[in-house]
Amino acid sequence: MFGYYLDLALRSLRRNKMLTALMVLAIALGIGASMTTLTVLHVLSGDPLPGRSGSLYYAQIDPQDIKGMDSSKEPPEQVTLIDGLNLLHAGRADHQALMTGGSVPVQPEQSSLDPFYVEARYTSADFFGMFDAPFLYGQGWTAAEGEAKVREVVIAKSLNDKLFDGANSVGRTLRMAGTSFRIVGVLDSWQPNPHFYDLNSGSYAYGEEVFLPLQTMLELRLDRGGSTDCWGNGGGGVGNILPSNDCVWLQFWAQLDSPAKAAAYQEFLVHYSLDQKALGRFQRVPNVRLRNVMQWLDYNKVVPSDVRLQNGLAFGFLLVCLVNTVGLMLAKFMRRAAELGVRRALGASRRALFAQLLIESGVVGLVGGVGGLLLAMFGLWLVRQRPSDYAALAHLDLSMLFVTFVLAVLATLLAGLLPAWRACQIAPALQLKSN
Amino acid sequence: MQIQPILAALRRHRLATLLIAMEIALACAVLCNACFMIANRIAMMHIDSGVDETSLATVQLTGYEDSHAVDLNARVLAGLRSIPGMQSVTVLNSIPFGARRGTAGITLDAAAQHFGGVVEFYVGGPGSLQALGVHVIAGRGPQADDFRAFTGLMPSDASVQITHSLAEHLWPGVDPLGKDFWLDKMHYRVVGVIDHLVRPDPPGWPDNSKDWSIFVPAQPGKLLAGSYLLRADPRDVPRVLRDARAMIAKVAPDAVFDQEGSQTLSDLRATCFRQDRAMAGILVGVIVALLLVTALGIVGLASFWVQQRRRQIGIRRAIGATRGDILRYFQTENFLIVSFGIALGMVLAFALNVMLMKFYELPRLPLYYLPIGALVLWALGQIAVLGPALRAAAVPPVVATRSV
Repeated sequence: MFGYYLDLALRSLRRNKMLTALMVLAIALGIGASMTTLTVLHVLSGDPLPGRSGSLYYAQIDPQDIKGMDSSKEPPEQVTLIDGLNLLHAGRADHQALMTGGSVPVQPEQSSLDPFYVEARYTSADFFGMFDAPFLYGQGWTAAEGEAKVREVVIAKSLNDKLFDGANSVGRTLRMAGTSFRIVGVLDSWQPNPHFYDLNSGSYAYGEEVFLPLQTMLELRLDRGGSTDCWGNGGGGVGNILPSNDCVWLQFWAQLDSPAKAAAYQEFLVHYSLDQKALGRFQRVPNVRLRNVMQWLDYNKVVPSDVRLQNGLAFGFLLVCLVNTVGLMLAKFMRRAAELGVRRALGASRRALFAQLLIESGVVGLVGGVGGLLLAMFGLWLVRQRPSDYAALAHLDLSMLFVTFVLAVLATLLAGLLPAWRACQIAPALQLKSN
Repeated sequence: MQIQPILAALRRHRLATLLIAMEIALACAVLCNACFMIANRIAMMHIDSGVDETSLATVQLTGYEDSHAVDLNARVLAGLRSIPGMQSVTVLNSIPFGARRGTAGITLDAAAQHFGGVVEFYVGGPGSLQALGVHVIAGRGPQADDFRAFTGLMPSDASVQITHSLAEHLWPGVDPLGKDFWLDKMHYRVVGVIDHLVRPDPPGWPDNSKDWSIFVPAQPGKLLAGSYLLRADPRDVPRVLRDARAMIAKVAPDAVFDQEGSQTLSDLRATCFRQDRAMAGILVGVIVALLLVTALGIVGLASFWVQQRRRQIGIRRAIGATRGDILRYFQTENFLIVSFGIALGMVLAFALNVMLMKFYELPRLPLYYLPIGALVLWALGQIAVLGPALRAAAVPPVVATRSV
């Protein structure tokens, strides 16, 4: 039966090419526009570390002075150096990392290359394991080496390609900011999007090229970037002056492998705040937050509001296209009143007619989906030409390809419901008589 | 033209009529709001910076040792000033549409009880305010002895110029000259008011605070170095900037020339607003596509109606209606449906605007967008229906006598 209806549908669609083309065009435009923006939204709100992000938590505590205290307010978005080191050394999580970002000048040995700046991440040792950073050669430094302020560095593949033509550079020397560092590891291409572990330095398509032990950075006073928030008498953070202990400027991440451990760690943060208050360092009542990666991204609203707006617009547009299709489909089905009347008179049930008409709309949806897919690819190409930092990420993946067709066919079937129902209400006798 | 029979006919096609009206209503809502957003973005892109952008460029240097900063300043200033066509080279920490180095919150009392707002401190060496080309509208500009050496983050005590809009915000309706304000323990006194001086990053700030800037005179030194403002004749600016790059390689090989940051101010401005330009482009695309789809929908449905009514049209023609009568019938019918849609669309437009205001900090939709949107849709409807209506008018009266 399905094959027969399909045949009927194709015949009918061919009979009135103009109306069919209009419907397909409307669906294709609507689907193309909404899939373009939906893909961008999908890419931008994606999980940077699938499978792991649920067990990685960002810790926030409130070391600020009593002025303006409001426990309903969020604690600062970063931690102070002293709190960060305390939490790190407490070691109460399965793994933990304290980090901040900056940039350092690289002074290549080759005279053919001018000195240049690279983005740097200063972090404690667990960083690579926690965030699943893949090593091409070598490995990271150990926690003990990090504490010993070793002059060791892990570099990204891009820098390795630039300086060493992609050869295994482990053991070689890299001069940065006037100091020689021994390369201990080379990362394979790795760039989580969004750049979740430090959103201050740009959310998308941003990656560091060198990774240095935090303690080494503190000793050498390397340049740091990102945000510094101070209160009271806090200051510093300019040139080689480190921010004081009344400033937050580091990120603390903890890996907690079960919800029970996460709950226990939250308790630990409260106790830590109470201890610090007893010591006189903290003045406020404990105000802590522990968010996993996706919650942290949500809280920071990393997806640009322009992207959400565009997505809303595109779906508004799709709605207009669908209303348009409903109108056209109504016209198409009503025009066939006589034919449908004959079929009814010959014994076809209403349900059979309804099924036949819906198949016809399904075919329109499928063809519109193909058109929409082509338009979405073109749309994404346009997005990639745009100057946003996320532009290069806009690619259609398999799941979105699937969504395109499902959305197109579902939307068109929905649009076909009303016209098909109306067409089935036709009294066959009336149609037969008038001819 | 009698409307009664048209309405009677429409009542027999309630569903189709409602569909077209719905489409018009949705189009009206999106059209009004999208146009409004475009206007907003364009207004933002045309913000008055208050400076002579076409005559200005900047050179940004990094990577030098702090202890060499004074020496670097001397070498760079002397080197850049020797470039032919250069009118002035001055040191300025932040650059309009470019580097941002002086964003801070100020207070109106020494005890830090009355918060004034987050403003931009433009800390500049001698001649930099004149080089920017801003207009001092009250009080005085900086004098030679205002430019003092400093050791901290910023001069700890200075006579400053602030923008008119900042003055109005801090001391509404009061003469700002001679007023004091503080940044932590650092104290500043207002001695002059300038009409406009935009922040380095205007897109990120609400409309009324895009212009909250302060000029602090200071002697270049350890913490005021590496950021230079170049002024030349507008025709010479690109060449002067190219020469400056070569000159830096010669006089300051120890510094890293920041390619992205060192540009003409016109280029920096274009970069600053490229997101907004792209968004305005997308909105225009949406509007065009929307109008196109709406028009095609009207064409499709009107064609269907014409075909369905061929016999009736033939009968009307046979009993004396002219071609013009038939044409006008379809045009009036379209006008009525579109009007109905517009009425619905205005309500929708306002609802959409309220929603956008809630989520995207958009201002309220001005009322005059509604009649303009209505006119556009009426015109669109008339253009779209013209083809089918002409075809209807061409139906010969003889159709009435045929059985099919």
